[in-house]
Amino acid sequence: MPKAARKIRVNCKINGKAFSLEAYPMARLLDVLREQAGLTGTKEGCGEGECGACSIELDGLLVNSCLVPAVQADGAKIRTIEGVANASELSAVQQAFLTHGGAQCGICTPGMILAARNLLSRNAQPTETEIREALSGNLCRCTGYTKIFESVLEACRAQRVRS
Amino acid sequence: MTMEHSQIGKPVPRKEGREKVTGAARYVDDLTFPEMIHGVTVRSSLARGKILDVRFGDDIPWNEFTIVTARDIPGKNCIALLIEDQPCLADRFVNHPEEAILLLAHPDKYLLEEARRAVHIEIEPLPAVFSIEDSLARKQIIWGEDNIFKSYRVEKGDVASAWSGAEFIVEGEYETGAQEQLYIEPQGMIARANSFDGVTVWGSLQCPYYVHKALVSLFELPKEKVRVVQTETGGGFGGKEEYPSMIAAHAALLALKSGKPVKMIYDRAEDMAATTKRHPSRTRHRTAVRRDGKLLAMEIDFTLDGGAYETLSPVVLSRGTIHAAGPYDCPNVLIQSRVVATNAPPHGAFRGFGAPQSVFALERHLDRVAAAVGLSPEELRRRNFIREGQTLSVGQVVHEKVRMDKLLDRALELSGYHEKRARFAKENPRCVIRRGIGFAAFLHGAGFTGSGEEYLASEAQVTATCDGKVQVLAGSTEMGQGTNTVFAQIAAEALGLDCEQIEILQPDTSLVPNSGPTVASRTTMIVGKLVETAALVIKKSLHDTGFLKPAYTPGEFTDACREYTGKIGALQSLVKYQHPSDLHWDDGKYQGDAYGAYAWAVYVAEVSVDTRTAEVRVEDFVAVQEVGKVINPVLAAGQIEGGVAQGIGFALYENVVWQEGRMVNGQMTNYIMPTSMDVPSIRVFFEELPYARGPAGAKGIGELPPCPRRWTFRPSASSLKNFPTREVPRVPKASANSPWMEPRPRSRMPSHRPPAWTSARFR
Repeated sequence: MPKAARKIRVNCKINGKAFSLEAYPMARLLDVLREQAGLTGTKEGCGEGECGACSIELDGLLVNSCLVPAVQADGAKIRTIEGVANASELSAVQQAFLTHGGAQCGICTPGMILAARNLLSRNAQPTETEIREALSGNLCRCTGYTKIFESVLEACRAQRVRS
Repeated sequence: MTMEHSQIGKPVPRKEGREKVTGAARYVDDLTFPEMIHGVTVRSSLARGKILDVRFGDDIPWNEFTIVTARDIPGKNCIALLIEDQPCLADRFVNHPEEAILLLAHPDKYLLEEARRAVHIEIEPLPAVFSIEDSLARKQIIWGEDNIFKSYRVEKGDVASAWSGAEFIVEGEYETGAQEQLYIEPQGMIARANSFDGVTVWGSLQCPYYVHKALVSLFELPKEKVRVVQTETGGGFGGKEEYPSMIAAHAALLALKSGKPVKMIYDRAEDMAATTKRHPSRTRHRTAVRRDGKLLAMEIDFTLDGGAYETLSPVVLSRGTIHAAGPYDCPNVLIQSRVVATNAPPHGAFRGFGAPQSVFALERHLDRVAAAVGLSPEELRRRNFIREGQTLSVGQVVHEKVRMDKLLDRALELSGYHEKRARFAKENPRCVIRRGIGFAAFLHGAGFTGSGEEYLASEAQVTATCDGKVQVLAGSTEMGQGTNTVFAQIAAEALGLDCEQIEILQPDTSLVPNSGPTVASRTTMIVGKLVETAALVIKKSLHDTGFLKPAYTPGEFTDACREYTGKIGALQSLVKYQHPSDLHWDDGKYQGDAYGAYAWAVYVAEVSVDTRTAEVRVEDFVAVQEVGKVINPVLAAGQIEGGVAQGIGFALYENVVWQEGRMVNGQMTNYIMPTSMDVPSIRVFFEELPYARGPAGAKGIGELPPCPRRWTFRPSASSLKNFPTREVPRVPKASANSPWMEPRPRSRMPSHRPPAWTSARFR
């Protein structure tokens, strides 16, 4: 971090709540979320935009928060894993990951759930190929992905039943 | 209570699953402590050399930093494991790239990174060794007297007597490369230390008591002054078996000197460059076969590259050696193995622990044996599969009712093997994308090898509280594989309760007994059995004292616990492992009952190869295994699927590129692990033969699935010259003048004794 850089104020909405954070303009949004906003559900796996463990939604787009500078979050609406469940009720995707073995060690899970959720918000009935494509930026070393695909398909079914 | 299982065999949801899907689970990097500062490691730039000088660059306010060198270590400068050859911080000499030399701590982690770059360590280079061949040739002696950490010799029958009577003798040499565990959570620790309280560390780890042992020795503290707490762990796969001791030691040294809590979290590049990987291997086979395909003799020479220090290499070598002859009956076997030193960071535990290397070589080799004899790969194996009552290479009589032939039949049928083989043979000559289908047959021993479990003497405890809650106390860690859930199911089943009533305590050496390391597919089978026994003792205590009737409801159980604790006292049961008296192991001869039980499996893979681009895809995967009673079908299938994906990565994509002992592709960008686009839907099938000594009949499974690497496209590969077929990973080899080149001719063609057999038959 260049010593000359000055911190700026970043005003944004995270999970529906207004935040006014102080950060260097080029600080990683990942660090700002974890250290300034205290939202540690977003994880760092590689820090170079490969693994997707730090996936969040920025104005509805799925992004790797390790590649987003803090300045870009000013005025943005952000969703992290902490904003996926409705109070104590798990979302359909979370519930499916829990019952269908989509989470093992859990470190990729927050990013994976946000990626799955993002897909289902665009496409309520994805094919397995579409699921594979949508999750291809989120690496999982535990599951071999099979149970994750099953979880997402189950979430689709559950959402159809709910609606 | 009925004999029917109410908890076993059920897809009980993951115990800590809710925290994981909501982001509430706390991993080490999610924790902060008041006044906590950050720590980093300054490492060796060279593979081998003498440290001459350490200079601190200008423009850094060094007086704000805590600086630790080897001279700050209160006790022995070593990471105590099997022997004490690996220093915690290099003092006068370095023996591999990225060896830790100096530690820095500061509150500002950005400034800390600048400071790390401003430390200049001058090292006078010494000649180094970077390959198994150079190490065996003793080009330089870099460890001990002969560069050999450990060697084994396993002998059954008399190999020498078999060659002359054999119709065929087939030889081959096979290689496997290093593999990075690539848990998605990088390694990390937080330490607090002072002379009054001692040392406490929190971190991502598999084996709390390994870390404990290392810290006790490093700080010369009584055992009770060292406390190790496992935080939620984002994958391990063996990679967090030994190296966490190193990070814990570093963080604790900085904490002691600074007087503040110190957090050390590796970034991905440091994690990949500095921590352990799967041992590279070289295996040579010489096999005598009768005309009908019966194996007469197997001579196996197995060598691992151990890296610069011994660490766990002798144990990895042991498992690789014992599994080298596979699930086959052969009267004469000679296995000679050794692990050698090179100037690379020490190689270490990775799921399968030496067996994937030797199993790959064997299964590849047996295909060539089959071709030499003129049998199909499946028929050759069918004629040699081991049966109940027969003897494995280490002299262990198989008492399990294993039927490898039935597993093979089922796997071939489920995968449509015969139909596909015929179809591909017809279609391939006309296709640009060619397909192949292959299989591997193998076994995996669960638990520590030989007398290992006896030596570990693991303990586990179950406690019932006055409000009827049941706590399981064990040093076994949850790292995604399902320890918490499986222990809860085992305890709940034993007590006739629901899993919700069982609480699994966080592994903390100040609270839980030493259940041994969380490795070797031993947690469910060995520690799970202790949990089951301890739970049954609790139940018996309640019955014997009359507080609990033979049949009871959960409410009555709670009442009984309240009465017992009120009138008698604490209701707890600590159970210690008892080695079965009929299992014998001779460490000197390396013979006997190597494992209490084995898991048995046949896996089939269908792959395609694009002959224009050399892109390889796994199109279908069928995994059939016998693992005893399955405790949780969702978790068990998840173990298999994940292990298979790691196997696919090892076979096809994951290529550690070395330069002078350093991994030069240590990023996720250029070290390629499988994504959701690369792995087929993996079809998992279990045969369940309850194992009498396992909890509810279960055996260990965790390390089974990455073992078979052989299946990858036998028929297809041979049609593509740029693919190596005797080594993994099978990445196409590029050369300067052509996009692909032939694999290095490192393996001898199979030799043949009787003149009747010609190499033409082999083509």
